Amino acid sequence: MADYHDVVVVGGGGAGLRAAIAVAETNPALRVAVISKVYPMRSHTVSAEGGAAAVAAPDDTLDEHAYDTVSGSDWLCDQDAVEAFVAEAPRELLRLEHWGCPWSRQPDGKIAVRAFGGMKKKRTWFAADRTGFHLLHTLFQTALSYSDIVRYDEWYVTKILVDDGRAYGVVAIELATGRIETITANAVILCTGGCGRVFPFTTNANIKTGDGMALAYRAGAPLKDMEFVQYHPTGLPFTGILITEAARAEGGWLINKEGYRYLQDYDLGTPTPEPVLRNMELGPRDRLSQAFVHEVEKGRTIQTPYGPVVLLDLRHLGAKLIDAKLPFVRELCSKYQNIDPVTELVPVRPVVHYMMGGVHTDIRGATPLDGLYAAGEVACVSINGANRLGSNSLPECLVFGNRAGRAAAVFAARYHREVPASIIAQGRDEERRLAAELGRRVEGHQRIADIRTEMQAAMENGAGIYRDGDSLTKAAHELAELRLRFQHAGIDDHSTNFNTELIAWLELGFMLDVAECIIDSAALREESRGAHQRTDFPARDDDRFLAHSLVRRQPDGTSRVGYLPVTITRWPPGERIYGR
Amino acid sequence: MAATEITLEVARYRPGVDSEPVLQSYQVPLREHWAILDGLTYVKDHLDGTLSFRWSCRMGICGSCGMTVNGEPQLSCATFLTDYAPGPIRVEPLHNFPVVRDLVVDIDDFMTKLPKVKPWVIREVQSPIEEGEYLQTPEEMDECQQFSMCINCMLCYSACPVYSLEPDFLGPAAIALAQRYNLDSRDEGADERRDVLSSPEGIWACTFVGECSAVCPKGVDPAGAIQRYKLTAATQSIKELLMPRSLIPRSKG
Ligand SMILES: Cc1cc2nc3c(=O)[nH]c(=O)nc-3n(C[C@H](O)[C@H](O)[C@H](O)COP(=O)(O)OP(=O)(O)OC[C@H]3O[C@@H](n4cnc5c(N)ncnc54)[C@H](O)[C@@H]3O)c2cc1C
Ligand code: SF4
Ligand code: FES
Repeated sequence: MADYHDVVVVGGGGAGLRAAIAVAETNPALRVAVISKVYPMRSHTVSAEGGAAAVAAPDDTLDEHAYDTVSGSDWLCDQDAVEAFVAEAPRELLRLEHWGCPWSRQPDGKIAVRAFGGMKKKRTWFAADRTGFHLLHTLFQTALSYSDIVRYDEWYVTKILVDDGRAYGVVAIELATGRIETITANAVILCTGGCGRVFPFTTNANIKTGDGMALAYRAGAPLKDMEFVQYHPTGLPFTGILITEAARAEGGWLINKEGYRYLQDYDLGTPTPEPVLRNMELGPRDRLSQAFVHEVEKGRTIQTPYGPVVLLDLRHLGAKLIDAKLPFVRELCSKYQNIDPVTELVPVRPVVHYMMGGVHTDIRGATPLDGLYAAGEVACVSINGANRLGSNSLPECLVFGNRAGRAAAVFAARYHREVPASIIAQGRDEERRLAAELGRRVEGHQRIADIRTEMQAAMENGAGIYRDGDSLTKAAHELAELRLRFQHAGIDDHSTNFNTELIAWLELGFMLDVAECIIDSAALREESRGAHQRTDFPARDDDRFLAHSLVRRQPDGTSRVGYLPVTITRWPPGERIYGR
Repeated sequence: MAATEITLEVARYRPGVDSEPVLQSYQVPLREHWAILDGLTYVKDHLDGTLSFRWSCRMGICGSCGMTVNGEPQLSCATFLTDYAPGPIRVEPLHNFPVVRDLVVDIDDFMTKLPKVKPWVIREVQSPIEEGEYLQTPEEMDECQQFSMCINCMLCYSACPVYSLEPDFLGPAAIALAQRYNLDSRDEGADERRDVLSSPEGIWACTFVGECSAVCPKGVDPAGAIQRYKLTAATQSIKELLMPRSLIPRSKG
């Protein structure tokens, strides 16, 4: 059996829902479906806290937002994409406002904006510190008003179907029943989010396993800039729960065990009582996370059972401001750390947060594979380059979700409902493979969780905040060994209904692909730029590496890395200057 | 010496295969900061891969992980093992829903009801985006803020005695979400939501037990939303007795 839609969106987070609405609005005659492994309102967009950037204040300009983004990216972004992004972001956030998003307001009823790391002007729109939650529920509830958008809630996509360089749909499993279905389409839009779970300590939800990146890679689409993984400087120890950058934007300080605002030692400016834009605690995330590593080396961090930490001081902000602007931070600290930030210091450490890299797309959201589009964290357009600025990701989901939706709608309408016989055959093969896997009984097999834990450790040791040739080579060997062991991994659960062990097994397979792409791309980039810091190549090297890496899967399953020039329109590469 | 382990008694059930749910015991480490959910993932990773449950954010915001813990509906990622020491801790699926498998329940009923209350902004005229935002003062926003905090976790449905007897009842979260839009100064759709909310399956089914608000992990107060709408609806119907509907000024929720 094959279901057919004109456009299939994989993923129901910020990017996926925006894309689906864009398809429905562009061409109401098209049949569009959203497939998601969790109910859409459970997608990880829900966890975003701090806000969404778009020029709004009278003293701000699109050029300044663009420049902050370009310099924040260490010049690895594509400037045409950034220009489109900053121009369309305000409109997208206003559209969300019209759809009901409860953006925080000024007393006169206008949108309020707050400061954010690496941004020279206040331009981050926020809904207290639950921005992603409100944004996602607004999108989800608005999407409900488009009754023609078909949803496959709790369906897990395992494969993209490709024939002769064109995507024709996907194969997916319905979690509740175990039903396996070939779902064909004229266009597929991947909006599957990031891959933080490849690392051991992450702000990312359990579902962020890089499925879409691996799906695209296996389908023949290249992945771009995979070596750039963002560590956020402030996660709670043990859980990895994020304490939003907004806490520092509202005036929070980072101090070491001596009570010293240590960022002043790392070329990030001088401490002031009030927050100063692009200065100290409002520097970019890559630089702040790197400073932490140096503090550890100097013995100025505090040792805890969950690793070394520094302290986030919010006490001087007072209960009133914290409750008005950072209520979720207070709730999270009290629930998960037994700490009240109004009176106590919050222990924090860098935590894997965001994937700058992803499926290579152009500025319409199109991948090199005909009919395959991507948007949101799974994609790499790239506006983020070597380091994303906080609060650029949510508007990226909206701007490029919209763009991908519109482009896919136009593409899909060009074709009749035509599915080559080979696609149906591929779908059947995949259905058979999954059914066989479900029934496969391996005596004394390897445990999924063990392989996953070792993969995560290999990634942290090999490709953490600082890397070098040796650490990356070692990680590559470890991954190769884990890949062999994965072939002997098995599942104990052979039942068809809600088999989360089968899903965990599939996710691990995807994560191993993503992990290899990260390591291989990082090994070949012999320079330091943004979030990719090589101790053996500590300088940026524009002559050799002002270029995107593109990793492709070879027929034998190995990866191959190539390069693509960066698009520069108006801002030639320069020094990244913060705090001076 | 303090105990280093605690027992989880977890409900296991595969409808159509097992005749009825059984409790299975697992020993998990009793550690500070470990949520019930950490105990369950420990089971899944190390003891028994066949246990099924939902989770994602593990920070109390995605609404996936609702379960019945020692008889009470809870978010398992925001409920901690040490609070139940020395145990044992009984973990069961949310009540009032069909069980799909183990701790996973079927919430399709809610997903079908939600669009019926039209939880989106309805306006007679949509202003163009170019004209900028609809103004809304912080005080106006406060009116609907509380009801906008719902994470759809279903704890309130699990606690609701009316829902257990009358499955057609719209239920606490769906009504609270209708009120979230009714009370939003940007919305003009209260009249369109009225028939559904005032139907026998709407607010009037509620006998104001208040369990929903007591268990809500996000302070949404659905019982308050229902109560408030009952007043609105009562006033509205008295007005209707006195003058035709078309002459009544547009209502807020
Ligand atoms: C804790 C936290 C806080 C953040 N705060 C901010 C912030 O303040 N500002 C900001 O700009 N950014 C923030 N970010 C980043 C931002 O939230 C994310 O990058 C963004 O929400 C990603 O959205 P998405 O739509 O691409 O993916 P997600 O929201 O992750 O959605 C992915 C979707 O894909 C589906 N899916 C995945 N794989 C499959 C599969 N195999 N089959 C079927 N469906 C699948 C999932 O079910 C889900 O619906 C934050 C991130 C985190 C982790
Ligand atoms: S009202 Fe509260 S308990 Fe009910 S679904 Fe919403 S958040 Fe959960
Ligand atoms: S896992 Fe998201 S609310 Fe518990």
